[in-house]
Amino acid sequence: MIRKSWLPVTVILFIIIIWELSSRFFAIPDWILPAPTGIMTEALAGWADYQHHIFSTIQLTIYGFLLGVTIGLLIAIALHLMPKLREALYPLLIMSQNIPIIVLAPLLVIWFGFGLTPKLIIIVLVCFFPIAVATIDGLRQTNPELIHYMKMAGATNKQIFTKLELPHALPSIFSGLKISATYSVMGAVISEWLGANQGIGVYMTLASSSFRTDRVFVAILFIMILCMLFFAIIIGLEKLLIRWRKDENG
Amino acid sequence: MSTLAIKDLSKSFGGDTILSQLELKVNEGEFVSLLGPSGSGKSTIFHLIGGLYQPDKGIIELDGKDITGQKGSISYMPQSPSLFPWRTVLENVVLAQELFEKPDKQKATEMLTRAGLADYINSYPAQLSGGMRQRVAFVRSLLSPQSLICLDEPFSALDEFTRLDMQKWLLSIWEEERPSVLFVTHNIEETIFLSDRILVLGARPANVIEEISIPFDRPREESLTLTPEFLQLKKQIFHTLRGINND
Repeated sequence: MIRKSWLPVTVILFIIIIWELSSRFFAIPDWILPAPTGIMTEALAGWADYQHHIFSTIQLTIYGFLLGVTIGLLIAIALHLMPKLREALYPLLIMSQNIPIIVLAPLLVIWFGFGLTPKLIIIVLVCFFPIAVATIDGLRQTNPELIHYMKMAGATNKQIFTKLELPHALPSIFSGLKISATYSVMGAVISEWLGANQGIGVYMTLASSSFRTDRVFVAILFIMILCMLFFAIIIGLEKLLIRWRKDENG
Repeated sequence: MSTLAIKDLSKSFGGDTILSQLELKVNEGEFVSLLGPSGSGKSTIFHLIGGLYQPDKGIIELDGKDITGQKGSISYMPQSPSLFPWRTVLENVVLAQELFEKPDKQKATEMLTRAGLADYINSYPAQLSGGMRQRVAFVRSLLSPQSLICLDEPFSALDEFTRLDMQKWLLSIWEEERPSVLFVTHNIEETIFLSDRILVLGARPANVIEEISIPFDRPREESLTLTPEFLQLKKQIFHTLRGINND
C-alpha cells in the first residue's frame, strides 16, 4: 500500500511545487489564484472559524448517504424480485439522473422550505442511482450454473436470493457504494448552497462572494479530504466483508 | 438408502419429443449409469427427477412415494462443480444440507478429512484445482439430506489422468456409504468401471435400448480396465452406441 502510493504523492507534490513557484514568479494576485502556502496558512489560521462548517457537512453527508443507500438497495431488490416492475420503472430511474440538480434545488426549497428535507432529497437523488444500478446488475449477473444447482438441490426462491444472489452481488454493491460515497459529499455541498446557515457549501459561497479565493480553496481541500475519507471507509468495509476475492488470483 | 422408479415418463418441448415412455429403476445401494450420446435427453431426465420440469406423462417414485414435479427430493452433483466462491470448502459442502436443516459441521469436517480434503477445509474454491473442486462438490452431494444422488457427467471437464484418479476416489468413498446413485455420462470406460448396471439410451425420443449388468466384484482396481472381460464389455457397448448413431 505504502509502496504503491509514492507515485501519486510525487505527482501531487510536483503540481503543488509548480503552482507555488509560478504564483510567486508571475506575482498572481491572491484573489485570482492564491499560492498553496497561502491556502495552507488560511486553513490553519481559520480552523476555529470554519470547523463547525465541516462537521455540519459531515453530518449531513452521512445522513444523506445512509438514506440514499437504503433507498437504492430497496429499489434494486424490489426491481430484481419483480421483473415487470423493473421493465416499467428502469427508464424512470435513468431519467431521474437527467434532472439538472442546480435547477431542481431551488424548486425543492420552494416546495419543502429551508429545512433538512430538500437537502436530503438532493443527496439521495445523486447517490441512490449508482447503488441501485450496481446492485441490479450484480443480482442479474448471478452465475446461471449456480442458480441451476440451487434449483436442483431444492432451494426455495428466498434461499436462492439470500444464499446466492445477494452474496454474489456484494462486490457490485461495493462498486456502487464507492461512487455514491464520493457523490454524497458533493451532493451535501450543493444542497448547502441553497440556503443553509452552516456547512462547507455556505462557507464556500461566502468566501467566493467576498473574493476570499484562499478560503474557496480551503473548502475544496476539505471536500476532497472528505471524499477520500468516505472512500477509504467503504474500501475498509469491503475488505472486511469480501475476503474471498483477495485469493482469486492466488 | 432409497430406490428410484421412473414409470412411463414422457416429455416434449414444443413439437420435439425428448422422452417417450421411459422406464428405469435404481435399487437400494445400487450404482446405475445412464449412457447415451450427446443430446439423448440425459439432462432432461435429471431435470424431471429434480422437479424442475413437469413431465407430460408418467410418474417418478422415490421409495414408493410420488415425487413427480417436486423439487428437493434428490441430491445433485452437476457437471461443473458449482461451488460458491465466497464460501470456504467447509461452508460449501454444508450448503445443500443448509437448505433443509441445521448443518452438521462436525460430520462435514469428518467427511472432508476422509475424502482427503483435510488441508483445504478453510480454503476457498479458487485456491483448489479442478479435481479438488469436484471432490468438494461430491462431498456436498453426499452430505445432502436426500439419499439418492444424481451425478450429471461430473468428470467430463477433467483431463484423462485426473479423471481416472477421481473415479477411483469416487468409488472408495461410495463403497463406504453405499448411497443409491444415478450417474449420467457419455464415457463408456467410466461407466463400466463405476457401475453395477448400465442403461444405454437410444436416440430421440430417448428410451433404454439396452441394459447391461456389470459382473465385476468390488472393490475395483484400476488394473481392471485392461482385462479382456472389461475390453469385451467396452466393445459390446461401443457397438450398441454405434448402432444408434448409424440409424
